[in-house]
Amino acid sequence: MSQSSISKEKQVQNRFKAVDIPKQEPKDRIKNFKEVVLGYTEEQAIAEASRCLNCSNAQCVKGCPVEVDIPEFIKCITQKNYEAAIAKIKEKNSLPAICGRVCPQEEQCQKLCILGKKGEPVSIGRLERYAADVEQEKGLKIPKTAASNGKKVAVIGAGPAGLTVAADLAKLGYCVEIFEALHTEGGVLVYGIPEFRLPKSIVKAEVDYIGKLGVKLTPDALIGRLFTIDELFQNGFKAVFIGTGAGLPKFMNIPGENLNGVYSANEFLIRVNLMKAYLFPEYKTPLGIGKKVAVIGGGNVALDAARSAIRLNADKVYLVYRRGKDEMPAREEEILNAEEEGIEFKLLTAPTKIIGDEQGNVKAMGYVTMELSEPDPSGRRKPIPIKGSETTMDIDTVIIAIGRTPNPIIQSATKGLETVAGGIIVIDKKTGKTSLDAVYAGGDIATGEATVISAMESGKIAAKSIHEYLNQK
Amino acid sequence: MELYTVIKKEELNSITKKLVIYAPDIAAKAQAGQFLIIKVHEKSERIPLTFSDWDKKNGTITIIFQEVGFSSIELGKLKTGEKIRNLAGPLGNPSEIHNYGTAVIACGGLGTAVAYPVAKALKEAGNKVITLIGARNKDLFILEKEIEAVSTQVIYSTDDGSKGQKGFVSDLLKDLIINKKEQINITFVIGPPIMMMVTSEVTRPFNIKTIASLNPIMVDGMGMCGACRVTIDGQIKFACVDGPEFDAHKVDFKELIQRLKCYVKEEKQATHKGGHCQCHSHQ
Repeated sequence: MSQSSISKEKQVQNRFKAVDIPKQEPKDRIKNFKEVVLGYTEEQAIAEASRCLNCSNAQCVKGCPVEVDIPEFIKCITQKNYEAAIAKIKEKNSLPAICGRVCPQEEQCQKLCILGKKGEPVSIGRLERYAADVEQEKGLKIPKTAASNGKKVAVIGAGPAGLTVAADLAKLGYCVEIFEALHTEGGVLVYGIPEFRLPKSIVKAEVDYIGKLGVKLTPDALIGRLFTIDELFQNGFKAVFIGTGAGLPKFMNIPGENLNGVYSANEFLIRVNLMKAYLFPEYKTPLGIGKKVAVIGGGNVALDAARSAIRLNADKVYLVYRRGKDEMPAREEEILNAEEEGIEFKLLTAPTKIIGDEQGNVKAMGYVTMELSEPDPSGRRKPIPIKGSETTMDIDTVIIAIGRTPNPIIQSATKGLETVAGGIIVIDKKTGKTSLDAVYAGGDIATGEATVISAMESGKIAAKSIHEYLNQK
Repeated sequence: MELYTVIKKEELNSITKKLVIYAPDIAAKAQAGQFLIIKVHEKSERIPLTFSDWDKKNGTITIIFQEVGFSSIELGKLKTGEKIRNLAGPLGNPSEIHNYGTAVIACGGLGTAVAYPVAKALKEAGNKVITLIGARNKDLFILEKEIEAVSTQVIYSTDDGSKGQKGFVSDLLKDLIINKKEQINITFVIGPPIMMMVTSEVTRPFNIKTIASLNPIMVDGMGMCGACRVTIDGQIKFACVDGPEFDAHKVDFKELIQRLKCYVKEEKQATHKGGHCQCHSHQ
C-alpha cells in the first residue's frame, strides 16, 4: 500500500471528528492576558482542511454573512497554497484574522456544514484564522486597487463596519477618510474584546492593511462635535457612512448602582483593553478591582468581563444571569472557556440592590432566584422571581453587562437623520441608506447590538450602494 | 506646525500651569462650557479638561490646570515645542448662553479658568455679569485681569482675608442677594464639588436658576463608559454627553464627591511607583 493511500484512509476514518486546536491550559492562562487559543500548526490545518467534502452546492457559504467562498479557500490550504487561500477569503472579507477568531461560526457557516449532520462540522473559523495568521507572519500583501477616481467618502467610526466600508471603497478607487473618535482605530475590537481573545497586534495589522489601501485614518475626531455631517459635505466629501457602534451602557435601575466598585462592562473593558489597565502602573489608567466580583449578564461581553476579572487576581468571579445556561446569548466556546477558568455561574439569579459601606464602596449584593415560565407563543421562557427567595451575597465589585443604547451625539447634531427606538439610525436594509441623501449607516448603530461579522456585512452592503450612487453622479 | 504642539507655557502660580496648544480644528469649534480629553503620552490616562480659552484666528486652545495627580503632573512636564499625543474635542454640550439680564458666576480655585469663557460669552450676549471668585489666599487667584475685562463687576474672597472679603464665595453670593438686593436671573457655580454644593444651596431658597459645571471621572468622554454618571433629579445622566452643565439644584453632589474618591489609592501608586515617565527625555 502506498503512503498516500494510508494517509487517505486515515483521513476518511477521522472525517467526522474535528482536529482539536491547541489552547493555553486554564491554570496558566488565568495568570496572563495572552491569547487562549494558540492556533493550528500547519500539519493540523492541513488535516482539518482535508475533512472538507468540497460540496458543489456548498451550504456553508450560505451561512456566511459576507459569502466567503469557503470550500475554495479550504482547498487551497490542503494544497499548501496559503497565498491563494487568503486571497480567496479577502475577495469578500477584509478582516479574516479577526473573523477567524471572533465570528460565531457555530451559528453561521459551520452550522450548515454537511459533516455536522453526522459528526463535527469542518472548523472553518480556525482555518480562516490559520490562513490569515500565515499571511500576517509573512507581512500583509497589498492588493491592487483601482486608479483613484478622486471622489471623497467619509467613514465615521473605525470599527468592523467602518473598516469594511473603507477597504471596499478604497479598492474601487475612492479617497476614503475614516474619522475615529477614540485615540486608536478598531472600535469594539480594541476597546471591547480582550487581548486573550483577540490580540491587539492582530487588529493593528488589519488596520495597517486598510491604511495601506490608501485610506486616511484620522483619530481623536468626534463627528457631531468636531465636524458635523453637513460640514463633511462642505469639505468635499460626496458620501458619508456612519458606523459609530453601540454606545451608552445600560444600568439595571436598582439601588446602589453608583457606588464605587460598580462598573459598566464598557468602562471595565475600556480600562482593561483600550487603556491597558492590566499593565498598571506602567500604563497609567487605574482599575480598582476587588477580590469578589459579580458580573451581571449572559452575553459575550459579560464573559469577556468575567474572564478579564479572573486574570486581574480576583479570588472569585461570579457570572450572574437571570435565565438558564441554555438561554445565554454568549458563544458556547466562550462559556466553556469561562467554566474551565473557574468562573462560577449563578444562573436564574437577578440582582435587586447593591449595598455599600460607609465610604460608599460596594460590600454586598441583594438578589432573587428566578424560575422560567412556560414558553410564550414566541417560544421564549420568561424569568419570574420566586417569592421569598431574596438574599444577599458578599461582593466588592460589580460589573454590569446588560447591553447598550446608541450613542446620541451624531443623531442630535444631524437634522433630518431619522432614528427609532432610543436612537438607532433607520436604514434601508438592502442599501444601508439613511433618511438623508448620500448618508449611509451600518453596524450596531443601525441594527442594534449584534456581531462583528454582521457589522461587516452591513458595511459591505453600504459600500456597494455608495459605489452605485457615486457612479451615477 | 504639527497638531497638538505646545506653543506657550506659563506658570500662573506655584500650583497652576497654563498651556497654549496648536489645534486649529478644535479651536474653530470650541464653545464656552465644553471640554477636551487629553492623553499626554502613549501610556497615559485619558483625562478631561475644560477649555480656558481659544483663538480661532491663530488656531490655538488654552488649558489651565493644577498639578494635583499623576496625569496633570505629566501634562505639566511638557515643554514648549513638545507635543500632546492625543487631544479630542470639543466635547460635551456648550453652556446655554442667552441674554438673561443679570448673570452671576460664582467660582473658586481653578474654576476661574473654566468660568472665564462662560463670563466672556455671557457678557458678549449682553448680560450684566457679576463674577465672584474665592481662593484660600491672595496668591492663588488666576486670570484676574482677564476675568475683570469680561465682567461688569468682580468681587473677591479669601479664606484668610488677604484679598477681598474674608470668607467663602458662598458668603459673597449670600451678601449679593440679601444685603445688596441684586436681582439675579441666573447663577453659574464652577469649582470643586463641595464649593458648588454649598453655593447652590444659597440660591435655592430664592428660586434663582443655578447651573453647575460637573467634573466627574471620565475615560472616553464620548458617551461610552458611563464612569461619569451622575444622579440628576433621581435619574442617571452621563456628564460627557448629557452635560457637563446641569441644574445645580437637582445634582446629587454627595454622590459626585464620593465617586471622585474612587481611585485615590491607585492615584498614589501611579504617582509614586510609576511616577517618572520613561518614554521621553524629560524628567
